[in-house]
Amino acid sequence: MKYLSSHEWLKQNGNLAKIGISAFAAEELGDIVFVDLPEVGDEVIANETFAEIESVKAVSEVNSPVSGTVVAVNEAVVDSPESVNEDALEAWFIEVEVTEVSDKLLTEDEYQASIE
Amino acid sequence: MSIYTPHTKGDIKEMFEALNISSLDDLYSMVPKGVLLDKLDLPEGVSQADAEIEIKKMAGKNHIYSAYLRGNGSYYHYIPAVVRKMAERSEFVTAYTPYQAELNQGILQSIFEYQTMICDITGMDISNASHYDGATASAEAILMCSDKKRNKVILAPFVNDDTKVVFRTYLNSMEIIEAPSKDGKVDLAGLSALLENDVACFYLEQPSAIGIIEQAKEIGELVHSVGAKFIIKSYPIALGLIANPRDCGADIATAEGQSLGLPMAFGGPYLGIMATTKAMQRKLPGRIVGQTVDSRGDKAYVLTLQAREQHIRREKASSNICSNEALCALITSMYLATMGPEGLNKVAKICVNNAHYLQKELEKVGLKRKYDVEFFNEFVTTSDVLANKILNKLDQNDILGGVMLNDFDILWCATEMVSKNDIEKTAKLVGEVLC
Repeated sequence: MKYLSSHEWLKQNGNLAKIGISAFAAEELGDIVFVDLPEVGDEVIANETFAEIESVKAVSEVNSPVSGTVVAVNEAVVDSPESVNEDALEAWFIEVEVTEVSDKLLTEDEYQASIE
Repeated sequence: MSIYTPHTKGDIKEMFEALNISSLDDLYSMVPKGVLLDKLDLPEGVSQADAEIEIKKMAGKNHIYSAYLRGNGSYYHYIPAVVRKMAERSEFVTAYTPYQAELNQGILQSIFEYQTMICDITGMDISNASHYDGATASAEAILMCSDKKRNKVILAPFVNDDTKVVFRTYLNSMEIIEAPSKDGKVDLAGLSALLENDVACFYLEQPSAIGIIEQAKEIGELVHSVGAKFIIKSYPIALGLIANPRDCGADIATAEGQSLGLPMAFGGPYLGIMATTKAMQRKLPGRIVGQTVDSRGDKAYVLTLQAREQHIRREKASSNICSNEALCALITSMYLATMGPEGLNKVAKICVNNAHYLQKELEKVGLKRKYDVEFFNEFVTTSDVLANKILNKLDQNDILGGVMLNDFDILWCATEMVSKNDIEKTAKLVGEVLC
């Protein structure tokens, strides 16, 4: 599992990848009430914003660790945004067919160190 | 609790002692003496009686007509006495829109009830606490629909002129296209040709700015077929009779609330009505009041969905409005509660009947309609005689005729405030001009 310093995680599986936010980010955001995701077929660009998360009193941007095309959107997260707070590492937002990976990725250890 | 909280001499003395000052001027001691004014450049005051006489003289220059036959965005409807009286209450007139909102449960409840009534009459899922007026509400509705891939808005051919001016201010980041007209209505084939995948929305006024009932449902289907949104701006009184925006497929419903209990008042203050579907609720600008329970399980009201607003979303907010027309919205709620659905239906029917009777009587004396299509309570006539001649004749006889659209066309309106006598007198006078 890899991370961006802006708290998004990346799980790669061949040329596909799933993206979500870290447990730390979910905790800092508080109760998540709405997740605004792109549609299947949309393009995402590495290091750029592809989604927005709303908690009760804040809106946060979610950045993509990869470039590519969205092949799946996790409707479960859209229907039950609180599932992100329950298990952030399992609550994936989108699955992407990857064309390029960000050059700013951190390993799990590097990410854990950065949030201490 | 008293409705006026004065500072007594004792209160002031106590405050001076706490601040260690001896006069109010001491509070401005840090302001350089050189920039202080020693007197304001105002004329000497006059007595109350003299002031009243002078103001009455100024007001006397207004011509208060015996009959009003014009609308064009601002309508002369009857305001029930109970609405006028309740609206005068100082608690309502003097209160500003609340910022520590949850402390004032009363005002939040009144806004929640206003929102509920708006959803009732428009058929939509959620309403905001109101916008400045119908024109700005409509402009913001159009902005709700634009995104990176869709930046074009198509306007119906007959849109109120004042609203178009507001659109030019608010929508300068979008491409504005006007749909063609056919026989006084939206030309469906022409509209179809304009609808492409980069169109954000289509904006329709129903009835149109010239009073005509448009084919809203058919238009909605065309608009949705390219994935664009459908905005309908209604004439609220008409909602007592015609199909509501939801039933016509609208994604966003707006309206000018003036006709619901607000006086014409030289153009304002008016009321921006905005309501939308559940799917678009997070794009709706303005304040929204929600109903919930407090920590004790009792019903409570809050400002909700605040992550839409600019104090949280900052530059990403779709609007910077953080206010509402609280008193006007309250008055509109009073009007709707007083009239009820049956009353609103009755008023709408009287308006339709009076307008159609006026139209027929004018036609009898030779003033023909420009478009032979179904209308609500406004219609356009056209003649070989200058419109000015007709309107001047009416003016000399204490009747305010329709609005002059150009040298030969007049937009007439009849509400429940027009009598059979007024109509027959008007027709007679018009007949004299046309001979």
